[in-house]
Order: sequence, then C-alpha cells, then structure tokens
Amino acid sequence: MNPIPTQPAERAPVPAGQARGSGYLADRLFEWMTRIFALLVLFTLLAILASLVVTSAPSLKAFGFSFLWSEDWDPVQDKYGALIPVYGTLVSSFVALLIAVPISFGIAVFLTEMSPPWLKRPLGTAIELLAAIPSIIYGMWGLFSFAPIFSRTLQPFLIQTLGKIPFAGQLFQGPPLGIGLLTASIILAIMVIPFISSVMRDVFELVPVVLKESAYGLGATTWEVVWRVVLPYTRAGVVGGIMLGLGRALGETMAVTFVIGNTQHLSPSLLAPGNSIASSLANEFAEAVGDLYTSALIELGLLLFIITTIVLAMAKLMLLRMGQREGTRS
Amino acid sequence: MRYTTPEIRRIYRRRQMANRFHLFMSVFGMGFGLFWLTWILWTLLSNGFEALSWSLLTHPTPSPGGEGGLANAILGSIMMSGLATLIGTPVGVLAGTYLAEYGRRGWLAPTTRFINDILLSAPSIVLGLFVYTVYVAHAHHFSGIAGALSLSLIVVPVVVRTTDDMLRLVPDSLREAAIALGAPRWKMVVMVSYRSAKSGIATGVLLAVARISGETAPLLFTALNNQFTTWNINEPMANLPVVIFQFAMSPYDDWHRLAWGGAILVTFSVLAINVLARLLFRQKSF
Repeated sequence: MNPIPTQPAERAPVPAGQARGSGYLADRLFEWMTRIFALLVLFTLLAILASLVVTSAPSLKAFGFSFLWSEDWDPVQDKYGALIPVYGTLVSSFVALLIAVPISFGIAVFLTEMSPPWLKRPLGTAIELLAAIPSIIYGMWGLFSFAPIFSRTLQPFLIQTLGKIPFAGQLFQGPPLGIGLLTASIILAIMVIPFISSVMRDVFELVPVVLKESAYGLGATTWEVVWRVVLPYTRAGVVGGIMLGLGRALGETMAVTFVIGNTQHLSPSLLAPGNSIASSLANEFAEAVGDLYTSALIELGLLLFIITTIVLAMAKLMLLRMGQREGTRS
Repeated sequence: MRYTTPEIRRIYRRRQMANRFHLFMSVFGMGFGLFWLTWILWTLLSNGFEALSWSLLTHPTPSPGGEGGLANAILGSIMMSGLATLIGTPVGVLAGTYLAEYGRRGWLAPTTRFINDILLSAPSIVLGLFVYTVYVAHAHHFSGIAGALSLSLIVVPVVVRTTDDMLRLVPDSLREAAIALGAPRWKMVVMVSYRSAKSGIATGVLLAVARISGETAPLLFTALNNQFTTWNINEPMANLPVVIFQFAMSPYDDWHRLAWGGAILVTFSVLAINVLARLLFRQKSF
C-alpha cells in the first residue's frame, strides 16, 4: 500500500466518449460486434432445435411418443415410426465403437509410448488423413470395393463360425449380401478411429513424465505403465474421446447410406440390411411429398440431433474434467 | 540367486508375455489404420485415374450414355464453398475473438465455447435440415444460396475453434505492451493479436474449406442438383459430392466412371488443402 498519488485526485470527471479519445467508441463497438457474433454461435444450437421442433409438429401431434417404438414406415398410408432407423443408428454406431476403441487405443499407445520420434509425425498425420477423406468416398469405396470382398470372404466365415453359436449366433445369420448393418459398422469404425485416437494421444501426452518414470523405475513393463498409470490418469479424457467418436458415428450420413441397405426391416442379424436416421433422411427427404411425411422425417432429424447433442455434451464435459485436472490448461 | 524361485520366474515371464502381446496388438492397430488408408487411396487411384480427362473439367454432366464431364458440378462446388467460406470466416473469426480476447471473465465465453464444440461435431445432415426448414421451405425452391448457408454452418464452428485456440496462444505480454503504448483495445486485437495468430487462423479457414469441399449431406436438400451449368446462385446448383452420390448409385457404367473421376478430384483437393494447412501451420507457429 503506497499512497503516493500519481495524478491529481481532484481531476474532473471525463465525459464518456469525448475526452477519452476516438479509441473509446471504436473499442465499445468492436467488443460488441464480437460479442454479438459469439451470441449468434450460442443461439445457433437453440435455433436448430426450435426450428426442428416447430416443423415436425404435425408428426409430433399425430404420433406422440408412439413414434419412438413404432415399426411402421409407410408413406402410402401415412404411418410413420422411428424404431427401425433409430435401431440401425444405435446398433451400427455401437458395433463401430466395439471395433474402433481397441484399435484407437493401440494407435495412441503406439504413437505415445513405442514409436521412434522420427516416425511419430508421419504416422500421426497418416491416421489423421483418414479423417480428412470425405465421407462420400468411404461410401463409394465401401459399396464398390469393400462390400464385394467382404461378402466373399469374411461374411461366409462369420456365418459358418459365429452364426452357429446358440442365441448370439442370431447376430450372424442370413445370406452374405455384403451390405448391411455390419458393413456400415466397419466403415464407421474406420471413420471414427482418427477422432478417438487423436484425443487419446493428446490426453496420454498430458501424463506427467515423472509418474511414468516412477513406474518404470519400480520395474513395470511398458504395458503395465500404460494400463496401470497412463490409463487411470487419463480415464476421463479417454471416455470423452470415445463419446466424441460415438457422436461422429451417430450422425454419419453418406458412408452409411451407401452400404446399410436402406430397407425398412427389423432383423436380429447384423448381416441383414437396415436403415439409419441419417440415411433415411438422405434417401427420402428430397422426394418426400405431403406434410406428414416431411415432418416425420424432420422428427427423425430432431431425434438424431438430440441424441448426438447429449452424447457430444457428455464427451465435452469429460474432456473438460480432464483439462481441469491438468490445472493450467483449460 | 536367492529370490528367483520358480514362482517368481513364472510371474516374471507372464508379465513379459502380456507386455509383448499388448505391444504387438498396438502395432497391429497402427497397421490396421494404415491398411484402410492405403486400400481406400488405392481404390480411388485405380478406378479414378482412367476417368480423369480434360473433358471432365470442360463439359457439363451428361445424360446416361452421353458424353460429358463434371464442369457444372465443379463450378457449383467452388461457388458454394467459396460463398460459405466468405460468410463463415468473418462470423467465426469475430466470435472466436470474443472468446479469446474479451470473454476471460463471465459465463458467456465458456458457454459459447461448449456449444461451439457441440456444433463442431453436429451431424451435417441436420444442418442441412435446419437450412431447409428456415430458408428453402420459405423460399419454395432449392438454391445455391441455401447450399452455401448450410456449408457456412460447418465453417463457423471450425473457424471459431481455431481462432480461439490461436489467439489464446498469443502471449499476454504482447497485449500488455500494446496497451502500455496507449493503443485502444481493438487496435491491440487487430494489430497485435491477429497479426501474431495470422497463420493459425488461416490454417483454421483452410481446414474448414477442406471439410466443406467433400460434404454431401447438407447439400442434398438445400442446393439439390442441376443438370446444367448455372452461374445463378439462386437456382438449384450442381455440386461434386451430390453428383458423385447420384452417379455412383445409378446403374450406368459411364456415370460410375464420372463418379470415380469426381471422387478422385474431391479427395485429392481435400487432402492437398489439408497438407497445405499443415505446412502453413508448421512454418510459423508458436
């Protein structure tokens, strides 16, 4: 506390925007301009939600909650239900995660713990390029290149082996068509691997070197360090990364549209063709006639938006928790 | 040695085995990822290379069996992506500026950052649906403008995120130096913060361009498609991704060939923009 006055205390109050110089007004203006655009971004989410709710009103009114578990999808009789596309979306994304999570974990472990430094950047970039390939390319490749080979090799094998198991075998029965839920899941898995593995790699790199070195010093193997030290420390971040991948998989449109089969049919088998919310929209929306048909499709979009927003919000919360633990980084 | 009983040796061996097994699986995961990348790129090259020709760039899309190229689709894609970038960049940069420069205290910046990250991964088809409900349904026709609007909804979150990140990397001492010299705050932001984060922000814009160049889903019911070349942005507009989708799903062989040609164009321009963005960022970053 030093009471030496640096300027006369009795200085007259300055009229705002006059004596403070021309910078003052410009300053206010600039700040408000940026604030308005920030608010615009903030309200985009609400605007999307509101517009979808308003335009799907006819369908919301006509079907109520039964929309969620009804199997119908009949434009002729104007009866719609979301069960099949919702089932297809959830199942294909879930199976995709079953494949993608271990692989992404392996990639992240390889890049952070095993790779020689000179290989880190090229390999990391190569995996990230997987995310840069447009989804329509995945779709074309899936339909023309992957599906035929898949139906000749892996699918008959799955039907022969896993299909024979009681109960669980139902998942792998039916003709090897090449296209279907499982094909969509595999392609989704490839598409989300770069997202999950890059989050995992980033959070693995946050682990203090001292922690890892102490474990190595006690004689732990590399795997034990990863499993017992790195993973517990980064758990929130890893779960966040997985949720982020799930959010991506749920909303993926084009790749799935090419290979899922687009049939309104509920089958216990993963090999059977099905439908997803995004692919229903992609296939039917531009040609939908009639208010109810259109609004039922918009309601599907609304469902998708709500599901992905919840999943992504949880992912973000997890990652924030991870960041707080890190302390200075936000 | 006293301590090596068979029991201890067995435990030791088991740990070694577990280690080797898991590290092998991790190498396998890496190989798995690279395997798909090579396969996809190989498929593209082997199918698309023969479809590449000069007429691809000069002729509009043909009817089945006819001769043609993708000129109208390329033009439409460039126009819509360009317009979307023009709309999205200023919005994104200004919103990002608020987050990094002004929103250090209070709830608005953290909330916006949170929502922005959700929008960043929101399903692009829903963005198309949104533009349909608020614009196309009222204008009663599909148009290039609607397509550009839905693409700009993808540009904005990408640019907000990178602008925010890059501005927050600018050391505060630089800001304080500018303020101490008596610069108003906006001048500090424009002349100091923007200038030091320039390459980072440009990278963000490039990444956004890369991302929208291959986007199909939001264009399906906003820009739709057009058989003919048009410069009028208020009409339905052809664009590469939707043409690829339509042609690939068709039963005609010559349409398939054009689709592969388009696919190779889209993929390699997207990958090139991505690599360019990386190089730009590596050249001058903090």
